[in-house]
Amino acid sequence: MIRVEEIHKSFGEDHILKGISTVFDQGKTNLIIGQSGSGKTVFLKCLLGLFEPEAGRIYFQDTAIQDMDEDQKTDLRKDMGMVFQGSALFDSLNIEENVMFPLRMFTKKKKSDMLDRVNEVLARVNLEGVNHKYPSEISGGMQKRVAIARAIVNNPKYLFCDEPNSGLDPRTAILIDNLIQEITREYNITTVINTHDMNSVMEIGEKIVFLQQGTLAWQGDQTQIFKTDNKSVTDFVYSSDLFKKIRDIQLQEKK
Amino acid sequence: MKYLQDIGSYFLMLRTVFSRPTKGSVLKELIYKEVDELVINSLGIVAFISFFVGGVVAIQTALNINNPLIPDYLVGFATRQSIILEFAPTFISIIMAGKMGSFITSSIGSMRVTEQIDALEVMGINSLNYLVLPKIVALCFYPFVIAIAMFLGILGGWVAGVYGGFSTSEAFIRGLQEDFITFHVIYAFIKTFVFAFILATVPSWQGFYMKGGALEVGKASTNSFVWTSVLIILANFIITSLLLS
Repeated sequence: MIRVEEIHKSFGEDHILKGISTVFDQGKTNLIIGQSGSGKTVFLKCLLGLFEPEAGRIYFQDTAIQDMDEDQKTDLRKDMGMVFQGSALFDSLNIEENVMFPLRMFTKKKKSDMLDRVNEVLARVNLEGVNHKYPSEISGGMQKRVAIARAIVNNPKYLFCDEPNSGLDPRTAILIDNLIQEITREYNITTVINTHDMNSVMEIGEKIVFLQQGTLAWQGDQTQIFKTDNKSVTDFVYSSDLFKKIRDIQLQEKK
Repeated sequence: MKYLQDIGSYFLMLRTVFSRPTKGSVLKELIYKEVDELVINSLGIVAFISFFVGGVVAIQTALNINNPLIPDYLVGFATRQSIILEFAPTFISIIMAGKMGSFITSSIGSMRVTEQIDALEVMGINSLNYLVLPKIVALCFYPFVIAIAMFLGILGGWVAGVYGGFSTSEAFIRGLQEDFITFHVIYAFIKTFVFAFILATVPSWQGFYMKGGALEVGKASTNSFVWTSVLIILANFIITSLLLS
């Protein structure tokens, strides 16, 4: 579980996060949504410890990251997995080496054990026979799967994903979303996903945090988001023609 | 003001490079890889340039000696002095600022742009130690490159001098031995070590702290070459003033 209390973050004169408080539950896919520039990425980077908030506290289980010393922060980061928007696979390493990377850095396992674990997680993300290929030799969807495999290979307690299905076709995007949700439940981890994809919201939004101009404008789940009267949320959710039509159909059915 | 900030961030980077070390077995592999990419892969171009520039130095020296009072071994002497004191350590290092420096900046800069450095940080890895320390250690072998440049530069001078008919082999070799001061070689290697450190760290700093996209990676590579060359020239002047004047 991750608990966020009143965090503020500014860059120079720009006050990006204005006192956000929420809880991300364990074993659930927690989504941060909002328009571009709403502060989603800054919020996620604060959770990851890449940005330090000026005020407020972020608790991992019961310990605030602000109270941790450098060693504790390093240990915490070993419990984190991250799937970056562009996958962020290491170009100079092949797929097997990329996935094995956290194991090599943080465990004392034998190479054969590490290889077994790598093959296990690659099979879990439905990727086999690509071990010796380089990131540039596989598709964007496969790169995302490798990034997920790398993120979970060391059994993290927290999984963060920054727009995991951006740049993917709708079918692959749904596969990636479902994969993340399955892994979240299977490993009972706290997953936080930064997205503005409404398909993801419908598919896997077990908890949704809606940010608007650096403030938490609404939070709920995937069923509540389509019923809310919050204008900011409805403007965001029904900004596409598809969802407008869905709403019209729903309203006609109600009548 | 920006220059002061840049100098500050460079020294803060150096402090971080030498803290929170990467796991030994991983570091060892990274060092081997950097030795291969930075040192071994530079040998070809260094050998080519050194041999031919050595030849040019010998020919130009010979062509400028018209006075019969000047001994004929001066061709070998001038070639040796030019190659050992300046050409091999300083000018090869400036050429390497272009080759190695732009490679280091663009590879680290690309990692920054594609969030690979963020990925390292999120995993709890000291990315500066992981990326820069192996380069510093690998470039401890850089003096071997310069030693090869010295040897091939002088060999090129001998080949051009003797086979071009500008000098005899005996006179050239006598010139190489004439007034030989061992400290000149020590001085050349002292400055080579300093240049190696500049070559490893300044391009890394440019790449690590760059912001933006692919275009900025190109700009950072250019800046890296300019600043590395400037610092090599400045360091050369300071070391020469301290050790030889």
